[in-house]
Amino acid sequence: MSVNIHIEHLVKKFQDVEALKDISFDVEKGSLFGIIGPDGAGKTTLFRILTSLILADEGKVMVDGIDVVKDYKKLRQIIGYMPGRFSLYMDLTVEENLNFYARIFHTSLSENYDLIKDIYEQIEPFKNRRAGDLSGGMKQKLALSCALIHKPKLLVLDEPTTGVDAVSRKEFWELLKKMQQRGITILVSTPYMDEAALCDRVSLMQTGNLLSVNTPQQIVNNFLGNLLAVKTNNMYTLLSDLERFDGADRVYRFGESIHLVSQRPIDEVKQSLRDFLSIKAYQKIEIENKQPVIEDCFLALMEKTGTL
Amino acid sequence: MSQRETIIEVKDLVKKFGSFTANDRLTFDVYRGEIFGFLGANGAGKTTAMKILSGLSRPTSGKVMVAGIDVSHHPEKVKRKIGYMSQFFSLYNDMTVKENFRFYGGIYGLSAKKIRERTQFYLDKLDMKSYENMLLKNIPLGWKQKLAFSLANIHNPDIIFLDEPTGGVDPITRRQFWELIYEAADQGTTVFVTTHYMDEAEYCERVSIMSEGQIKALGKPKALKEQFGAATMNDVFLKIARNVE
Amino acid sequence: MWAFIKKEFLHIFRDPRTMVILFGLPLAQVLLFGFAITNDINNAHIAILDHSKDVVTREITRKLLSSHYFLLNRYLKSDADIKPAFRKGEVKEVLVFERDFARKLQKEGVAKVQILLDATEPNTANILDAYTRGIINTYVLQRMKQSAAIPISIGVQNKMLYNPQLKSVYMFVPGVITVLLMLVSAMMTSISITREKELGTMEALLASPVKPGHIIIGKVVPYVVLSFINLISILLLSVFVFGMPIQGSIGLLLAESLLFLTMALALGILISTVSKTQQQAMLLSMFALMLPTILLSGFIFPVENMPVVLQYLSDIMPSRWFIIILKNIMLKGVGITYFWKETLIIFSMALLFIGLSIKKFSVRLEE
Repeated sequence: MSVNIHIEHLVKKFQDVEALKDISFDVEKGSLFGIIGPDGAGKTTLFRILTSLILADEGKVMVDGIDVVKDYKKLRQIIGYMPGRFSLYMDLTVEENLNFYARIFHTSLSENYDLIKDIYEQIEPFKNRRAGDLSGGMKQKLALSCALIHKPKLLVLDEPTTGVDAVSRKEFWELLKKMQQRGITILVSTPYMDEAALCDRVSLMQTGNLLSVNTPQQIVNNFLGNLLAVKTNNMYTLLSDLERFDGADRVYRFGESIHLVSQRPIDEVKQSLRDFLSIKAYQKIEIENKQPVIEDCFLALMEKTGTL
Repeated sequence: MSQRETIIEVKDLVKKFGSFTANDRLTFDVYRGEIFGFLGANGAGKTTAMKILSGLSRPTSGKVMVAGIDVSHHPEKVKRKIGYMSQFFSLYNDMTVKENFRFYGGIYGLSAKKIRERTQFYLDKLDMKSYENMLLKNIPLGWKQKLAFSLANIHNPDIIFLDEPTGGVDPITRRQFWELIYEAADQGTTVFVTTHYMDEAEYCERVSIMSEGQIKALGKPKALKEQFGAATMNDVFLKIARNVE
Repeated sequence: MWAFIKKEFLHIFRDPRTMVILFGLPLAQVLLFGFAITNDINNAHIAILDHSKDVVTREITRKLLSSHYFLLNRYLKSDADIKPAFRKGEVKEVLVFERDFARKLQKEGVAKVQILLDATEPNTANILDAYTRGIINTYVLQRMKQSAAIPISIGVQNKMLYNPQLKSVYMFVPGVITVLLMLVSAMMTSISITREKELGTMEALLASPVKPGHIIIGKVVPYVVLSFINLISILLLSVFVFGMPIQGSIGLLLAESLLFLTMALALGILISTVSKTQQQAMLLSMFALMLPTILLSGFIFPVENMPVVLQYLSDIMPSRWFIIILKNIMLKGVGITYFWKETLIIFSMALLFIGLSIKKFSVRLEE
């Protein structure tokens, strides 16, 4: 598969802060690539360099064979960019926003209607409503339509699902999948770990470093050690007690249970853990083997690289 | 479980904006020391309800008692009994950590001595002693979040309202933040929290899920999962919110 | 580009606050300056202490009071009444005629009248003083003519050119036009550009193939149009409400205004390139443009009376030169030959600011 984005040794500093510390990776043509990381990881900086909005201190970025610094004019023709804050004019209606963005790309809504049909149909009932009066999910869909209106080859989305409820997030990802099927390469960032599983490949990012670039499956497969989910009658004190358990590498809350990672053989750990908790007078002890998910891996990688 | 003290009592709460009903006959109780998750889709009416509970907005009709005070009649009294932390944490970036403590302590009328005590207490607890004279804008997001929580707690409120407190922080910091919440709840502070992270819904003792201005589900996470035949809170949420679209 | 202009107009028409600033403020300012904030004196309260009470003093009193500049508060009875009258703030001026005024004037050719003024407002006091003297002198001159006596004193005769009634509205209108063109153009453009930065829409625009020039023109055109509408409404107001003349060519007036407008817009764009938020843009426009325009341009305080340092500062105020041009056209009615220098100064400033703002208006986000 050919490469659509090629990033090589990217470094960016803001005064004393190193926002990007020597970043390199490739994104394949037609893939859905996710960058997962919290605020301040450097996601936005990376995206702005990629969309030619700011200049890197060192390194090189090629998009579809175009150098983003030298040929920024060419680049801007082929990318659709949705910045972190929805780039909508809140005092203009849905339709006016779309028409405006269509005009600045020298196209029209009807010309590329086919591409945004699926999305636009969902917001069409509100087309005369001002963007500022839309719900979060609707704003996000409108912003996506605006970024897609000129049929870009590459879609860059900076945290499109932040602050959006779980239902809208799910719908949004379904839309992204559809866009991908139409041959658009998609680069998306998110602070939600659960969204990583929906990408073809993901890179985990933390304080300017890439912790790992891989398929979600491979990232999970690379997880070292055994993962157990523990539940008892008293979840509050359980965490601090488990931290004192001998075989535990890492202990952390995870949803309704507490996850415990151990390098020791699984059956042995389970037995000694059960004994340990019984002595501490816990009841309703449930210990289960667990398949790690991306969040478990992220926590492991963060700990390993000590990037907190 | 023994009968617990009710700290928030909401009965038939209605809030209308013109012809639009943002809150449609909400009825629920929150108990002292509980971590209560207040979930819902964007635009479901969560923020409106939260504003009413914290005395910032008046209900159209219905009864709202917070810490024994009728919110419609004494909104100012309610504000003394509660702490509030918004997703944009209302901290002053151009003041130092210490100055922020002093300011918020002052707002709630704490004595200088008390403010010093509380400041020391939290700085020790958060292990931020070395940061006390640093301007807030130079402090990482995760620390700020913990600070904001401590500041909302500075006057030992009965209830603390957290509006999407953990947006955008890394999974480790997010967990550290929840430890603070647990600790506060353990000491008897009631925690009323909204979030978009469904795994955090599992950390709550009970959750309510709002949709279209109404509470569609209310109960312990485990019970809700059983009720809706779902494996995770995320699925419960999707089932409820999807139904209405 | 048309899409930009249309969008900008939509923004303006949908925001009531912008509309008020654009249209309400200019009209309010003109009316304020025209009616309230004025140096003209009307019906100033005075008191008269007449020790003589003869034909001449009565005649002078009558002349004073019929001038409509003065209004008789009351006659005083003795010198002791003067201080209390001032202290109570009842009068601005007290006129004291000495004893045997008419007789002395007749016999000795000299009679004394004392003018006492409340100088807590020095400007008003000066003007009252001048008016009073003027009226008395006129009376004396007339009398002398009648009696055919050769005047011993030299009568100073002044003629006020271009603004014979010394109406301050004539002085203010050019200033107000300048301030408003500056305000609307520079401040509104800089705010509307920084607003897009704040909202994040600028990020999307920059990431699109739109040329920065188009963004700028899209921003500028609506404000040129609106400023022109403003200009015309101010002129209409000045002419029909205040009776202000426009002696010179209206075409030239509009052309010069367009030049000044261009300069102000370029300045607005320049401001937007250095400010990150709307608030910054607003403060910068206020302090860097509005205040100097009002204080240093000769609009209110004459440049000649300023300390030398401020005079130099005033030289670099574009508005100073524009006010001169406006006064030349409106009041003197002269042509471009009389103010080509001022025009050239504004023209070079416009070029400078356009050059700078194009250079600074980046194709990328500033960091």
